[in-house]
Amino acid sequence: MARLTYPLRPWRGAVLLIAGIYFLVPLLASLVFTVDVPGQGLTLESYTQIFSADGFTAALLRSVGLALCTVALALLLTLPAALAVRLSGSGRLRAVLEVVCTLPLVVPPVALVAGLGTVLKWGPDHLATTPLYQTFVAIQNPSFPLVLVFAYVVMALPFVYRSLDAGLRAVDVRTLVEAARDLGASWPRALFAVVLPNLRTALLNASFLALALVLGEFTVASLLGFQPFAVWIVQASGDNAQLSVAVSLLSLLLTWGLLLVVTGLARTRGTRGARKSRKKEAV
Amino acid sequence: MTLTTTTSTPAAVTAVERPTQRRGRRRPGAWLAAVPLLAFVALAFGVPAVAMLNGALSVDGSYGLGNMSQSVHGAYWTALLGSVKLAATTAAIAAVLGLLLAQAVVTSRGKALREAVLTASGVLANFGGVPLAFAFVATLGNAGVITTRLGLAQHGWSLYSFWGLALTYLYFLIPLMVLTVAPALDGLRPQWREAARSSGASAWQYWRHVGVPVLLPTLLGGFVLLFGSAFAAYATAASMVGSSVPLVTMQIADALSGNVLVGQENVALALSLDMVIVALLVMAVHLPLQRRSARWLA
Repeated sequence: MARLTYPLRPWRGAVLLIAGIYFLVPLLASLVFTVDVPGQGLTLESYTQIFSADGFTAALLRSVGLALCTVALALLLTLPAALAVRLSGSGRLRAVLEVVCTLPLVVPPVALVAGLGTVLKWGPDHLATTPLYQTFVAIQNPSFPLVLVFAYVVMALPFVYRSLDAGLRAVDVRTLVEAARDLGASWPRALFAVVLPNLRTALLNASFLALALVLGEFTVASLLGFQPFAVWIVQASGDNAQLSVAVSLLSLLLTWGLLLVVTGLARTRGTRGARKSRKKEAV
Repeated sequence: MTLTTTTSTPAAVTAVERPTQRRGRRRPGAWLAAVPLLAFVALAFGVPAVAMLNGALSVDGSYGLGNMSQSVHGAYWTALLGSVKLAATTAAIAAVLGLLLAQAVVTSRGKALREAVLTASGVLANFGGVPLAFAFVATLGNAGVITTRLGLAQHGWSLYSFWGLALTYLYFLIPLMVLTVAPALDGLRPQWREAARSSGASAWQYWRHVGVPVLLPTLLGGFVLLFGSAFAAYATAASMVGSSVPLVTMQIADALSGNVLVGQENVALALSLDMVIVALLVMAVHLPLQRRSARWLA
């Protein structure tokens, strides 16, 4: 596409400069804050003591576990529905799903947790004598609170559904499936060998959004009284401000790394797939 | 999952094979594939939502508007207004600055700059909550690096204020706006600009009559998204300012955990309902506009 070339105008330089300052200064200042401790001089102690800090590993592992469960459950629920919309072309199903997957955006996490907390209180209040009570206790197990996974899936749903829907829009799923079936592929094979590889980028995007959401989530977990990573940082900050800032910086790096891995995966797999298909064409 | 897809897809294929009958026919298979999702949402989202509605509207065992009216008076009303004001201010500023930044990046010749800014936006838009609060406390808090080095405290600076919180929110709102508006800016065809220019339009006239009208739905959509994020934000404010800036999310959290008074749970639910109503109102402005943007930026 022929783009107009714009002369380098002063406003563009100014905008980029101001943005650069605004976005870099807090990161650099945080770094200085963690390594230049008053009374101790330059030290890396804030970083070295992270891993031995009380409860760090347990909280981090809990968060990672919750994040992986959330991604798995969100994809398992959303993918069949989004695929069915594209394969059937049903306008009504599409409209219903769009409304259902937009609704969680209207209810802020604090409001969701207010409702959720009310429901969880029904357990001891009304259901104590029924077998359902055991379920209520089980999903609130503090070492792995399944109820958080449910809340996170609801919160991630709009992003996951949109990402998958955009990915499905870009490929002609119906023709792909038809072609695969005509060539004798079974249904699972058509799904796993043809449809899913074409959705790789969308799946990775959806996973990244859900992972980032869960790893940084504080509101729901803290108000329901559980202690994943973000809640742990706040509690640790009371004892050691340097430590909590150091962990915050690391969590930003973690998000950055995660995004790089996701885009890297999408790119390398994508080109490999393209190369393969080109080879096939040549044959 | 395999089970539901296998049951759904044969029906879908018959629909493909008989395209003339595709419309208006019921396909139970397709709905079957959506059942797990719909059931999950009903259970994990619908039930709490109904519980919230029920609790917000019940007073001493019967239905009434007592909680709702309590939630729009006194400290609760101040907090609700404070949240709306903070969200509207930060969303408006972030929308303008995000647009400027995105335009600066989209029209730059260097591809590396564009890639770098968009990737950084993807990361920073997700850098909310607790870590963001601590990064700003370390930078501009009372003992923050910039505060102490520049002696900002003597000039009356405090991070634990409305504008301190606004400055912090912009850190994730601007990248969010860049991500939202960059694709739309890419969709502005150079031909439109050329046509405007060869018809003798100035840059200002081009933006006034072509650029902004085409972008307006995207900009408003971005604003709604930013407003929603800032309005719903709790973690940043809670781990940073405590209760020095009145916000509705913190009032709800306080009432839920019984920090203020015991037995305020229903007021918390009423406040939650207030938040949902505000979010719905803001969204209602945006939905009809979304259709218009699709026509131009397809």
